[in-house]
Amino acid sequence: MTRPLLEVEDLAVEFDTHGGTVKAVRGVSFSLQEGQTLAVVGESGCGKSVCVQSLVGLIPMPPGRITKGSARLHGEEILGYETLGGKRVRGQMIGMIFQDPMTSLNPTMRIGDQIAEPLCLHRGMRRRDARKRAIELLELSQVAEATKRARQYPFEFSGGMLQRVMIACALACEPRILIADEPTTALDVTIQAQILSLMRDLQQERRMSLILITHDLGVVAQMADEVVVMYAGKVVETGSSDDIFYSSGHPYTQGLKSAMPQNQDRRAQRLEPIAGSPPDLFDPPQGCGYFDRCPQAMRVCEQHHPPDVALGKPLHRCACWLHDERASDDD
Amino acid sequence: MMTSGPLIRAKSVSRHFSLPRGEVLRAVDQMSLDIAPREILGLVGESGSGKTTFGKTLVGLLDRTQGEVWFGDELLPARYTPKDFARFATRSQMIFQDPYSSLNPRMTVGEIIAEGPRLHDRASRANLKDLVAEWLARVGLHPDHASRYPHEFSGGQRQRIGIARALILEPEFVVCDEPISALDVSVQAQVVNLLGDLKASLGLTLLFIAHDLSMVRYVSDRMGVMYLGTLVEIGDADDVFFEPKHPYTKLLISANPEPDPRKERSRTATTIKGEIPSPTGLGNACPFASRCPKVMEACRAERPALRPVENRLVACHLFE
Repeated sequence: MTRPLLEVEDLAVEFDTHGGTVKAVRGVSFSLQEGQTLAVVGESGCGKSVCVQSLVGLIPMPPGRITKGSARLHGEEILGYETLGGKRVRGQMIGMIFQDPMTSLNPTMRIGDQIAEPLCLHRGMRRRDARKRAIELLELSQVAEATKRARQYPFEFSGGMLQRVMIACALACEPRILIADEPTTALDVTIQAQILSLMRDLQQERRMSLILITHDLGVVAQMADEVVVMYAGKVVETGSSDDIFYSSGHPYTQGLKSAMPQNQDRRAQRLEPIAGSPPDLFDPPQGCGYFDRCPQAMRVCEQHHPPDVALGKPLHRCACWLHDERASDDD
Repeated sequence: MMTSGPLIRAKSVSRHFSLPRGEVLRAVDQMSLDIAPREILGLVGESGSGKTTFGKTLVGLLDRTQGEVWFGDELLPARYTPKDFARFATRSQMIFQDPYSSLNPRMTVGEIIAEGPRLHDRASRANLKDLVAEWLARVGLHPDHASRYPHEFSGGQRQRIGIARALILEPEFVVCDEPISALDVSVQAQVVNLLGDLKASLGLTLLFIAHDLSMVRYVSDRMGVMYLGTLVEIGDADDVFFEPKHPYTKLLISANPEPDPRKERSRTATTIKGEIPSPTGLGNACPFASRCPKVMEACRAERPALRPVENRLVACHLFE
């Protein structure tokens, strides 16, 4: 296997708040291969957004703090690297789009100028050239009448169109990695399908890697090569999309699947919700974060952190005591 | 009350909004549908298709521009007076989408849940407390939670509070407007199962509005698909979901990604072009004509009516 494009190792992020310190990300490792799509799934508050935001330097510090870990892009460290050079690496190598395009674009700036901005900043392009390029990028994102649209403001666009604008912005510097944080959550399924297919086409055309953050397992099934499942600030399972959907090893991943309707004939299935709610990350549990809600919890889970166990397939790993060889069969 | 026949009958219900420059926005345009007693009718469609507006006209939160809504054998007023609200609020209720903005942050949970029975003199002051405690327990919360404020609860818990508030008056008919969209997958199932259990124990009739097609299919007995203020298809939920007839329903369902990578890989992508147009100045054409892959001349000339096609109703010229 070739060396991964991006390697994240043991990343931890905290936030100081009035109520104490939130340990939002508690030691997360994953890697991203060239040209692949990696989906990060998990419910709100599991740390998936914080995790990728720290990669692109979007964590406000203070109150945020990267307490440990590293992230290497092409072998070069990009974390906590606040020099101009570091920003340049990130700005040019990683593009990012967000869940809510309405609030992530500047409402007082013309669309074309917003796309041109990173080109002037990172590429040293002249304004006129950058504007021309912005129109090309809008066309690439399949925005009709790009020349006219480039002169308009965000309020003149629909949500789906704004997400296309965001994609044009993110692609301006021809990044190697596109990070999409819940890119279609605010959109209707029909528009979601358009945006996902656009992202897939662009990715193949440019041989980009894609990190897709989502809570929608349908979107994961459609897009992902590899999947990282996060819970309570930690990775609980990683593997290929097939590993995760057809032979998942972690009770949380299994729980998520049985909580969703399976589209099978007649109502044979009763949804099995996961009881309770995620733990408080002000005071994260000593052992497994899923202990409280896990139907298969054992005594050891409460006290000790589960080991990261390889499950046969090359990339399939799972952090659960059930897969530890010391775990007995008597539960 | 009649036991046969539908509980709710909407006949050509329209809700129009006037815009500046004399334009008219037809948010809901001549919607007709029936909901049988103890039935769950799911209503799906893109944002802007008029699902919520229609739901609100059924419970009197929005006035009707035209049409009739019958509740059993009683014609509901087009515009509710405070007296009408007092009369019908005990019979029909609504659960809202956003569990954050639909609860008054300055009232305790107990006050929020008790407001209905208090206003309708359903319980004495002493009984009220017991009633609230009973309902908190019924929706899976703790009776002690009554003295807390909404901000102390998670999204899923707030949605339970919203459900308790709507159901404490034991209404016959409840409009659930995207009750689970704001919730995480693991919590969605909790709320859906809770609604199912309460529906069974109280004999409720539900209009379940959502945009998550798989969930609506799972929850509903019948399923209606709305586009630009009108119903394009309605029938048994499984029939509509697995064998859609209307070109719009087909595209909508094919756009719905399934949590199954093998199926997704073998899927031939047919993405629908363009976006839902503005519901002004539609004229007489089929509302879907501008995006329909099978559009014919007739579609631009005349709006198709809902007609029976096999086991359901479809509004499309293809089936004439």
